[in-house]
Amino acid sequence: MSDLAQMPVLAPHAPETRGRSLFALAMRRFRRNRAAIAGCVVLALVALFSFVGPLFSSHSYDEVFPSYVSIAPSLEPRPGADTLQGAMENAVQRARLRLDAFQVEGRSFTATLAADQPIDPRATRYIDRANEFDDTVVKETLEDGRKLVVEGRVTREYFPFGTDSNGRDLLVRVMLGGQISIAVGFLASLVSLGIGVVYGATAGYVGGRLDNVMMRFVEILYSLPFVFLVVLLVVFFGRSFILIFLVIGAVEWLDMARIVRGQTLALKRREFVGAAESLGLSDWQIIRRHIIPNTIGPVVVFVTVIVPKVILLESFLSFLGLGVQAPLTSWGALIAEGANNIQSAPWLLIFPSAFFVVTLFALNFVGDGLRDALDPRDR
Amino acid sequence: MISFILRRLASAVPTLFIVVTISFFMMRFAPGGPFNLERPLPPQTMENLNRAYGLDLPLWEQYLRYLSNVVHGDFGPSYVYRDNTVDQLIAMGLPYSIKLGLLALLLALIGGVAAGTYAALRQNSLTDLLVMSVSTVGVTVPNFVVGPVLTLVFAVILAWLPAGGWGDGSLRFLILPMIALALPQLAVFARLMRGAMIEALHADHIRTARAYGLPARTVIVTHAMRAALLPIVSYLAPCAAGLLTGSAVIESIFSIPGVGRYFVIGAINRDYTLVMGTVVLIAIFVIVFNLVVDLLYGLLDPRVRHE
Amino acid sequence: MTARTNMKSRTAQAATATGETILAVRQLKVVFDTPDGAVEAVKGVDLDVRAGETLAVVGESGSGKSQTMMAIMGLLAANGRASGSALYRDREMVGLPIKDLNTIRGDKITMIFQEPMTSLDPLYPIGRQIAEPIRHHRGGTAADARARVLELLELVGIPEPARRIDSYPHELSGGQRQRAMIAMALANEPDILIADEPTTALDVTIQAQILTLLQSLQKRFGMAVVLITHDLGVVRHVADRVVVMRRGEVVETGTTRAVFDAPKADYTRMLIDAEPSGEKAPPALDAPVILQGRKVRVDYKIAGGFLKKSGLFTAVHGADIHLRQGQTIGLVGESGSGKSTLGRALLKLTPSSGRVLFDGRDISGFDRKAMRPLRRDMQLVFQDPFGSLSPRQTVGEIITEGLYVHEPQLSKAERDARAVAALQEVGLDPTARNRYPHEFSGGQRQRIAIARAIILKPRLVVLDEPTSALDRSVQGQVIELLRGLQASHGLSYLFISHDLSVIRAMSDYVIVMQGGQIVEEGETAALFSNPREAYTRALLSAAYSR
Repeated sequence: MSDLAQMPVLAPHAPETRGRSLFALAMRRFRRNRAAIAGCVVLALVALFSFVGPLFSSHSYDEVFPSYVSIAPSLEPRPGADTLQGAMENAVQRARLRLDAFQVEGRSFTATLAADQPIDPRATRYIDRANEFDDTVVKETLEDGRKLVVEGRVTREYFPFGTDSNGRDLLVRVMLGGQISIAVGFLASLVSLGIGVVYGATAGYVGGRLDNVMMRFVEILYSLPFVFLVVLLVVFFGRSFILIFLVIGAVEWLDMARIVRGQTLALKRREFVGAAESLGLSDWQIIRRHIIPNTIGPVVVFVTVIVPKVILLESFLSFLGLGVQAPLTSWGALIAEGANNIQSAPWLLIFPSAFFVVTLFALNFVGDGLRDALDPRDR
Repeated sequence: MISFILRRLASAVPTLFIVVTISFFMMRFAPGGPFNLERPLPPQTMENLNRAYGLDLPLWEQYLRYLSNVVHGDFGPSYVYRDNTVDQLIAMGLPYSIKLGLLALLLALIGGVAAGTYAALRQNSLTDLLVMSVSTVGVTVPNFVVGPVLTLVFAVILAWLPAGGWGDGSLRFLILPMIALALPQLAVFARLMRGAMIEALHADHIRTARAYGLPARTVIVTHAMRAALLPIVSYLAPCAAGLLTGSAVIESIFSIPGVGRYFVIGAINRDYTLVMGTVVLIAIFVIVFNLVVDLLYGLLDPRVRHE
Repeated sequence: MTARTNMKSRTAQAATATGETILAVRQLKVVFDTPDGAVEAVKGVDLDVRAGETLAVVGESGSGKSQTMMAIMGLLAANGRASGSALYRDREMVGLPIKDLNTIRGDKITMIFQEPMTSLDPLYPIGRQIAEPIRHHRGGTAADARARVLELLELVGIPEPARRIDSYPHELSGGQRQRAMIAMALANEPDILIADEPTTALDVTIQAQILTLLQSLQKRFGMAVVLITHDLGVVRHVADRVVVMRRGEVVETGTTRAVFDAPKADYTRMLIDAEPSGEKAPPALDAPVILQGRKVRVDYKIAGGFLKKSGLFTAVHGADIHLRQGQTIGLVGESGSGKSTLGRALLKLTPSSGRVLFDGRDISGFDRKAMRPLRRDMQLVFQDPFGSLSPRQTVGEIITEGLYVHEPQLSKAERDARAVAALQEVGLDPTARNRYPHEFSGGQRQRIAIARAIILKPRLVVLDEPTSALDRSVQGQVIELLRGLQASHGLSYLFISHDLSVIRAMSDYVIVMQGGQIVEEGETAALFSNPREAYTRALLSAAYSR
């Protein structure tokens, strides 16, 4: 019999004194997964775009530009240089002057006005009278006042994503749609997480008759067409933002409850729960110290599945016209609008769909990455 | 076997009853009614209408009446499509939905199983990556995006196929809606199949088959694929029930006169009987397909055979 | 057991006769590519298999003994690579294309595996599965193959072969499944049969039958058998020659007699000495009875489905037990004998009828809450050191969990001090308390589980197969540890095990259970030397005649 002292006391490959928890190991595996990290980056960018983007735009989501209805996306500012040139020529003509040169740079213009006699600097008022130009000031007086170089602001609007059929800036609307879709996605997932974990853990841990009754109830809800429930609840509770995510969360918890219950049942059979019981821990202590920490892995993975599902569901509702009410919007509502104008204004479909699909893709990669990291044998 | 089927059908009765009851009362507790239109009707007309449809009776009496009608296969008159009964509406729409749904189901099943198996056998190869990426697209892109995009490309830009409508019911009209309907399910089947196949290939008995020198084809087809089909078969029930009862989105995008639209139209317009009719229809499909799938499962897996 | 004695004399002859070498393995290496880098599982193994002999490849878990055979058979996992050479009758098997390999495996070389349930396809009848390699390698009609399968099933001793041929694996018992696997292995009359831990998953009495069957079939067919095992008892009585492996290398090769009588390598000697030994003296006659069970009975409800009646299954039929202070009662039985259930019932962890007295107090009617204060005096240690520690807690948290319940007044520092003391007592470095269970080996984990039990200074510990999941060499150390703890704390043990040699080394009194009933009990020495019941005799002969 070999002496106890000879027993190698620590795993030889781990010289440091603090061990790595399973969570730390999982995070290390996650960081090595490039697709998942890329997904995280994309998600962060989309979130930044949706939530911070509106601060950098002068348009609000419900601002209507009657002169720019359904215009195609373009990086050029509106109105274009040609239109401005025409407007300036008109203004100059009204002032009975000649326009020698005209230049637009971003939101300011420089014009050289000429006449045969010295020009009254007040002629700039003619320019200010045009809708497009403001704050015209004389910059330089040349040739004894027969030439004036004036500068001023141009009222120009940028619509990089174009505008919708009501003349609203699509860029800002996509940002708003992103805010609502992402917010609904996460909040509804939290709601379903809350209900599902409590319900599933209770049913699984208590077991017996209570479990039977609780799961029978879940089965009945399952057999109701799932869209039916949502549609009814939305119709019932109205269409406010808060209610929509509450309603979706209230429908989505069924899967979560089943998964948590399954996990709990499996954990209950694990010997470490038996050990805790034989140490005299109470039910609540066992749930808190053993069941919940050990269900976190699968639950986190499942949340990453639920978030895109919820975003999809919300957009489905919006698509059917049951989502948030105008002028608020979500990606689904924007896509529905785009689908209706597919022939005349395809950009209305393309931009929101692109953001929507990219986000869902990223969520998917993050979810897969988390699953691989938390459950490495599942490959 | 027969007794198993009978037992299952018998146990479906309480489920259906509960489904009917829950949806009846949920529908009724929602505010508004079928005749609350944007332009309010004169009170007299409203009263007449309510009386004609029996909506003036106490709720429980309406419920009992409805229940007894349903038992006799009568879902009552529709409130929105005033000229038709719900039975007629379903009888008109269902064949379209079933035909489209069946085609989509076949496409999804065959395509998904083939792609999933192929990817599993070449795990971590470029092909695998490609198949999985495409199926990720299928899972993540909803059909209300796929539908319009398909229309945009094939009907508007290329003008190869009609943009919608049932037409004469020929394949030309059905290709786009069929693909849009099948794609998400195809992706699910492909992912399920790949996962199940990889797991099946790692099973101990596959090692046995290989240790006994059986050719790769036998190992894969007879031993791995049969096991890998089990999760596919389980998923078949909800999938088939969903596809065959029509999709509100696809039917409205492609203007197909199926039963899928009724549900949303009914819910929005508080067409109580129409909504109830579709709910019961879907529930029946779910129950029947669950039974069919259980029988199929028993055929594939001797461990759960039903005597 | 006359067949066994015959076998032994034959062994002696075979060892002297030099059969021709039919499988020559040289410098075989196996590397697995893992996310954490390449892992070398087999590091250049040499071994020969001679015609008609029984070669045992012995080693503990992680020795690479199975992977060596998998590499030869082309069965490595996808991330494994084999290099080196394995010549089967002048054909190189390493690197051979699958198609060519398939003409050898299943025909000339066949294999049986540890787990007969999972190594048969659950979706096909056994007859079909056995016929598959026959038809593939030999051709012939389905009817011919079926006739041959019937013959084989008869040969391996499956009752009613005509009926069993159409049975599915789940309809057979563990022993029958392994017999079916053997039938499959023999179907093409191979040159070599590789048996990878063929009896480990089976009960002792079944183990003996399977080994006897293998021996008689080897005699009849004259094939070579490569027996991969960790069990030296099996090796000593079955093998002609032995290859001892450790950490991917061969440490010793020789005839069975030479290796056992005069082991050259220290490791081999250690393995041989690791067979549990020693005995325990009974406690003083006036030692107080600490735990008493009277007519303890445990019934399980068999869950019924919808429209299905639920049944009742009796796991323990009225057991009586008296455990005195400082005593160790060994509770022996095969799987399903109810021994673990009885242990749990005595701790009031599972509902039971009858009476249980702890320290003279009747605790039969106690519910969980009433039991709680008593828990610190009665502890439980489980078999699986992997499952019994929560993977999300540090070792420190795990072992102080009991203090948290029973001595909540302790400060953090005091708890930590207790944890350090407990770890030192079980022979672990106290720095272990900041680590997580997955960083420890099986034996170390079992020490952690023991530390968790003794930190409360209990009076009674129920040990449920505490050594069964461990390698022999580690088993010995854990037994030593348990003995030491018992002596220094005056503990009473209820030691549950299917392993008679461990029971003999640990306990002073033995209870034998079968099918939920106590069939025999008595002082250890008396019971082992003079068993009264047929079942006890069968158990003993299965365990000791090998």
